[in-house]
Amino acid sequence: MDNAATTSLKPEVLEAMMPYLTGKYGNASTLYLEGREAREAVEQARERTARALGAQPEEIYFTSGGTEADNWAIKGVAFARREKGNHIITSQIEHHAVLQPCEYLEKHGFHVTYLPVDSDGLVDPGDVSRAIEQNTVLVSIMFANNEIGTIEPVAEIARICREKGVLFHTDAVQAVGHVPVDVEKLGVDLLSLSAHKFHGPKGIGALYVRKGVRLDPFIHGGGQERNRRAGTENVAGIVGLGAAIELATSSLEERAARIAALRDKLIDGVLERVPDVKLNGHRIMRLPGNAHFCFRFIEGESLLLNLDVKGVSASSGSACTSGSLEPSHVLLALGLPHEMAQGSLRLTLDEENTGEEVDYVLDILPDIVKKLRPAGSG
Amino acid sequence: MSGIVYLDNSSTTKPFPEVVTVVAEALESGYGNPSSLHRLGEDVSKKLESARKNVASLLGAAPDEVFFTSGGTEANNWALFGTYRFFGGKRPHIVTTAVEHPSVMETVSVLKREGALVTVVGVDRSGFVSPEEIKAHIRDDTALVSVMYVQNEIGTIEPVKEIGAIIAELGPRRPRFHVDAVQGFARLPIDVKEWNVDLLSVSAHKIHGPKGVGALYIRKGVEIRPLVYGGGQEGGMRSGTENVPGILGFGKACEIWLSDRTATVAESVDSLMERFRKLRRKLVDGVREIFPDAVLHGPEDGNVAPYIVHFAFPGFRGETILHALEARGVFVSTGSACSSHHPKPSPVILALGRSEDEALSSIRFSMSRFTTEREIDRAIEALADALRELLPWRQSSERGRR
Repeated sequence: MDNAATTSLKPEVLEAMMPYLTGKYGNASTLYLEGREAREAVEQARERTARALGAQPEEIYFTSGGTEADNWAIKGVAFARREKGNHIITSQIEHHAVLQPCEYLEKHGFHVTYLPVDSDGLVDPGDVSRAIEQNTVLVSIMFANNEIGTIEPVAEIARICREKGVLFHTDAVQAVGHVPVDVEKLGVDLLSLSAHKFHGPKGIGALYVRKGVRLDPFIHGGGQERNRRAGTENVAGIVGLGAAIELATSSLEERAARIAALRDKLIDGVLERVPDVKLNGHRIMRLPGNAHFCFRFIEGESLLLNLDVKGVSASSGSACTSGSLEPSHVLLALGLPHEMAQGSLRLTLDEENTGEEVDYVLDILPDIVKKLRPAGSG
Repeated sequence: MSGIVYLDNSSTTKPFPEVVTVVAEALESGYGNPSSLHRLGEDVSKKLESARKNVASLLGAAPDEVFFTSGGTEANNWALFGTYRFFGGKRPHIVTTAVEHPSVMETVSVLKREGALVTVVGVDRSGFVSPEEIKAHIRDDTALVSVMYVQNEIGTIEPVKEIGAIIAELGPRRPRFHVDAVQGFARLPIDVKEWNVDLLSVSAHKIHGPKGVGALYIRKGVEIRPLVYGGGQEGGMRSGTENVPGILGFGKACEIWLSDRTATVAESVDSLMERFRKLRRKLVDGVREIFPDAVLHGPEDGNVAPYIVHFAFPGFRGETILHALEARGVFVSTGSACSSHHPKPSPVILALGRSEDEALSSIRFSMSRFTTEREIDRAIEALADALRELLPWRQSSERGRR
C-alpha cells in the first residue's frame, strides 16, 4: 500500500512500449522511416496526453519526470519573466521538487512567499490573493499533497491568479490519473505530471504549458520538443506515458469512487481500533487512495519495518524523504508537534488493492502499535 | 528490420536483446520506489548500485562518482551549469571548442547571457583542437574547460588526455575539465583518472542501451551544483524518482561491453576496433570509387572513431541522398540527428573551414558492433545506384567551388 511512491506498470502499457524498446528503435528526430515511425508514436502519445488533460497537443512537453517538470516550470517562468518582477508565491507543503527550485531562486534575486496551510493542509485562496503583489510573476500550488492527500482549491486559486494577471503552476503529480484534471476547467497555466504515479513507466513525465506562456528551456541543446526540451526522446517511455494516461483517465470517476470507499473503510477502521491516532489531511477533500495517520508515542520507521515483516509495504510519508530522520515539512506545516510528526504512516491504495487487504491491515495494525508503544504510554 | 541496413548508430542504436529483457522485467515487476524504506525498494536499490558499478568500471571511476541522469544532454547541461553556478560568478570564464554537441554549445550560450565569458577554440581541417591552444586560453578566472571525446558528426578523437595533463599541471587553482564522451563511451577506452577528468558525460542509447538514461561522472571531491532539485535522490545531486528500468538497462548494456574487455583476444575490444577499421576503410574507398569528388570530413585515419564516416557530396543535397538511400533500405543521417530538422549547415562542418554548400551536401554513415561487411557492400551499392539516379540534378555550378 505504497502506491503514492510508485505504481505497478499496467500490462497494456508494457505491450505498447515493447515495439519501441526492440524493433522500432529509431531516433525520433531523424529524417528516415524508422525515425518517422518513432516520431509518429511520440506525437500520438502527446495527443493522448493532451486529450486526458483537456489540453492541445502542442501544449504538452515531455520531461524525464515530475521533478524535472516542476523544476522547469518554476525556474523557466521565473527567468523568462525576470524583467516583470521577482516575486513567487508557493505553499509550505509543496513537494521538494517545487520548494528547492524556489530556494534556488531566492539565492538568485527572487523573493518567495511560502503560504501556510490550515490544520487539514488546505491553502486559503484568500491568502494567495492577499500575497499577490505588483512584482509577482508566478504562483505554484500543488493539486494534491503527496503525503497527506489533501486536494487544494486549485480552480479558485487559478481564477484569482488570472484576474490579477499572474501565471499559475500546479504540481499535479499525485492527482493526474486519480482525480479528474482538466486544464481548461481549472484555468491553470502550467501543470506537472509523472507517468509512474499512474501505472506508467518511471523516468518520464510531462509539463503542460498553456499556449502563449513564455518560459525558458531547462535542458538545452538539440532542438527536441520544439526547441523547449533538448535530449533524444525517450520514445518507449513517452509511448508508455500516453498509453497509461489514457487508461488512467478512462472510467476514472467510477474507479476513484471504489478506491475512496476502501480508503474510508481503512480510515474509519484505524480511527476506531487504534487509540491516540490522528488522521492527517482533509477528511473529504483528499485523494481517493490516501490515508495518512500520526500515531502518538511511536516512531514511524519501526512501524514501517513491522508492517513490512507482515508483508505490507507502506511509507512514513514522501518516499523521497524517508531514510532521513527529520520530521516531514508537511506535517510540521499542519502544526503537529515534532514527536507526533515522527510517528507517521501513509497508506496509499489503488485499484489493485482489495477489501480483504484493508481488513488484513486493520487486523494487524492495532497489535503492532500496541507492541511498539512503551508500556504506560497513552 | 530485415533487409534494412542501419548506418545511423551515432544517432541511436538498437538495444541489446539482453537489455530489452532487463528493461521489460524491471517494468513488469520491480516497481518499488528505490527511495522508499520497504523491501521492494531495497531490492531495487541493490540492482541500481550494481548498474552504477558497471558504468563506473567502463570509465575507470568509483561507483560513487557516477550519477544517473535522463541522458547525455542533461549530463552536459548539468556539468556546465553546475560548475558555473558553483563558482557563483567568481570564475566566469569557460573554454570550449567550435565542434561541441548542441547540448554543450547551447548551454554555453545561455551561460553567456548570464554573464559567462566564453572562449571558443577553433579546430583544424580534420576537426582537431590543439591542446596548446586550449592552454593558451586558460586564465586565472577560468572555471571550466569542456572538450568532447569523439566528435559526433565526423568522428574526430580529440586529444583529451593531453588536455587533461596540461590542466592538471596548473595546480590547485586549475579549472575543472569536462569531457562529453557520449560518442566514444564503451566503444573506445576511457580512463577518467589517467585523463585527469573532473566531469564526463555518457548516454545509454548510443551503446545499445535504452533511451532516456545517461550519467555524469563527477570526480570525488569535485563540487558542482545540482541541476534538478527535489527529493534528494542520487545523493542529493540529482532529484527525481530513479528511472529504474532505464538504469538497469544501462547497467546491462555496460556489462556486455565490459565482458568484451575480459574476453579472449578474438572477441576483445581490439578486434572489434580492427573490424571497425576495416569496414571504415572499405566504406571510404567504396564511396570514393563511386564518386571521386566526395570529400571525407574528419581524419582519414588514425585518431578517428572507426565507426563514423562523414562525406560531403558536392553538388547534391544531403537530404536528397538520405531519402534516395532510404528508398533503397539504407538508413543514414545528414549530420547530427538533433539538427536534422533544420536544413541549416552544420556548425561543425563550417568549423572545419568548409563551405556552406559542402556542409549541406554531407552524409554521415555510422556503424555499430553488429554492422557486417555485407551491409557495407549493400550500402555502397545503394549509394552508387542513388547517385546514378540523382546525377541529372547535380548542381554543376557548385562543382569546383571547393
